[in-house]
Amino acid sequence: MRFDYNTRYRDSFALLRHADQRIAYALLAALLLALPWLASNYLVGELAYVFILCIASLGLMVLTGYTGQVSLGHAAFLAVGAYGHAWMLSQGLPLMVSLPLAGLLCGLFGLALGIPAIRVSGLYLAMVTLAFSVIVTHVIGQWSAVTGGFTGLAVPDPVLVGLSLGGGKAFYFFCLSLLALVLLALLNLLRSAIGRAFVGVRDSEAAAYSLGIPVARVKVAAFALSAGVTGLAGALLAHHTKYLTPDAFTLILSMELVLMVVIGGLGSLRGAILGAILISLLPTLISRVKPFLPDQIAKQFGLETFIFGFILALFVLFEPTGINGRWIKLRTLVQSFPLYRKDTFKRTKRYMKSERYK
Amino acid sequence: MTGAALQVFAQLTVNGIAVGAIYALVALGLVLTYKATEVLNFAHGDMLVVSAFTAWGLITVAGLPFWAALGVTVLIAAALSYGIDALIVRRITGQPQFAGVMLTIALAFMLRGLVSMGFGPESRNYATPWTGQTSSLAGIAIADLQLVIVGVALAVTAALLLFFRGTRLGVAMQAASQNQLAAYLTGVRVKRVNSMVWALAGATAAVAGVLLAPITLVDITLWFVVLKALAALVLGGFGSIAGAIVGGLSIGLIEQYAGVYLPDGSKDVVAYVVLIAVLIVRPHGLLGEAHGKRV
Repeated sequence: MRFDYNTRYRDSFALLRHADQRIAYALLAALLLALPWLASNYLVGELAYVFILCIASLGLMVLTGYTGQVSLGHAAFLAVGAYGHAWMLSQGLPLMVSLPLAGLLCGLFGLALGIPAIRVSGLYLAMVTLAFSVIVTHVIGQWSAVTGGFTGLAVPDPVLVGLSLGGGKAFYFFCLSLLALVLLALLNLLRSAIGRAFVGVRDSEAAAYSLGIPVARVKVAAFALSAGVTGLAGALLAHHTKYLTPDAFTLILSMELVLMVVIGGLGSLRGAILGAILISLLPTLISRVKPFLPDQIAKQFGLETFIFGFILALFVLFEPTGINGRWIKLRTLVQSFPLYRKDTFKRTKRYMKSERYK
Repeated sequence: MTGAALQVFAQLTVNGIAVGAIYALVALGLVLTYKATEVLNFAHGDMLVVSAFTAWGLITVAGLPFWAALGVTVLIAAALSYGIDALIVRRITGQPQFAGVMLTIALAFMLRGLVSMGFGPESRNYATPWTGQTSSLAGIAIADLQLVIVGVALAVTAALLLFFRGTRLGVAMQAASQNQLAAYLTGVRVKRVNSMVWALAGATAAVAGVLLAPITLVDITLWFVVLKALAALVLGGFGSIAGAIVGGLSIGLIEQYAGVYLPDGSKDVVAYVVLIAVLIVRPHGLLGEAHGKRV
């Protein structure tokens, strides 16, 4: 068992409060910094991609996990970020200007979608975002003057103040540092007043409203912030894929983002990252396992789709708190070892408020 | 309007009604499950895919005649839907609405994966008794298949309305969807009745899938029709069968008109533009039931 004494004022709001946490995260950081020299080039490239998806997943987590607004169309923001960034680079803007601008552009898009979307909630919001995403993909396909249409758009190599980031290692570090930056920013934002307001709106709009939280404005802010962060990920994704086509940003990508936050565990940034790691590495994992499977299963087209769905179904049915919830249970088990009480995490029955008349 | 333009308009109207009838059937299935269990079934489109592939197997491989294949497919889809509700979806009763969305998306992925594992990636086609035949009415060419689709959609709607009005089971379904507790106390087996509603929705999906596949192709991408059906539902209001029909037909017509009278490429997006516009102007749909949210 561990007790927090908080002998100094700063203790109570340190991000890492215990020595073992500091050691663990320092080890993780050291591992991540040393990895490019230990792992193969292929793996380093894959990890950069994982980091990019982590950023996108963090963006969606702010909206879905913390503010309770379901978006089934976040791939649209990835697309806007990627295309906006590529277009600005081709106009000669340097990376350091274009990257934040891409995020900002997406934030504006989020604002443009968020302001009308506060009129609807729940399922209707999910459908609005879904429709928005379909429209964005079509517009990108049609507007070939800027986006290259279905033939695609080549993305110039990233150059940071004269330093090429095109190589695997440099890009890896670039993505890693941006991920760390986004994570730190969100960690701090989400425990500030605005972050608490997000959670308040998620848990009860009526209660939040009566506490003086401007619910509508908070929702729109969450939309814009989420879109901005996702757009940043989109801009990085443009460099990862090097060639943009509208087919890369379909509903399936949106669904995968939702999968990440749900499987990771709604309402936790750690969950967003764990979910993104799992979902983005799953196809690689499946292709590694395939040689050991009997031929008639391994050769099947559609195995991946099935496994994605199966894992999601298992999590929804048996572990709605996601990987993060499982992790917290395990941690508690270890920390309180002989005295673990299973019912600590017993799910209280929560009944859905019916939308019907009564 | 000149004669030629009028004829184009009439032709578009006929096509729009035929496509809209399919959208209406799909929307109808969504409404059924939504009213009974408050789960918006994102796997409904994949039930169409399953049905289309099953029908292909029955017609092309097993050599059954079209109507027999339709009947068998409807039974299979109904049984599958019943099982899906009884074994899986029922477990999340009472959890937030989002859980239902996620679970049906998961089911959709699984069904889609299973179908492509079973049948492979290539798309197929099958013949119907009406393939290639057209009738003409006042100078407008109408494919016989379109007539059959509209006829079947009308028949299914009429049958459903009669079923809900006139049979014990139909009335029990209505009761369960209005107030589960009260229905349970008067002796309705709510769980079983809800599963039967799912089976009914699966049956309508099968009808829609079997009729839609000859027009497009028997392909995994058939599930996209569920998105159009969502637009139809939003337009017509979520709560009612009549709304689903009106919404489906409107979306079908709007799409056909947009393909000719609006700029290139707008045919594919106009349904979604309508969806967003309607939700922003009237957040509960055009014919939606107005009621406040309970806190």
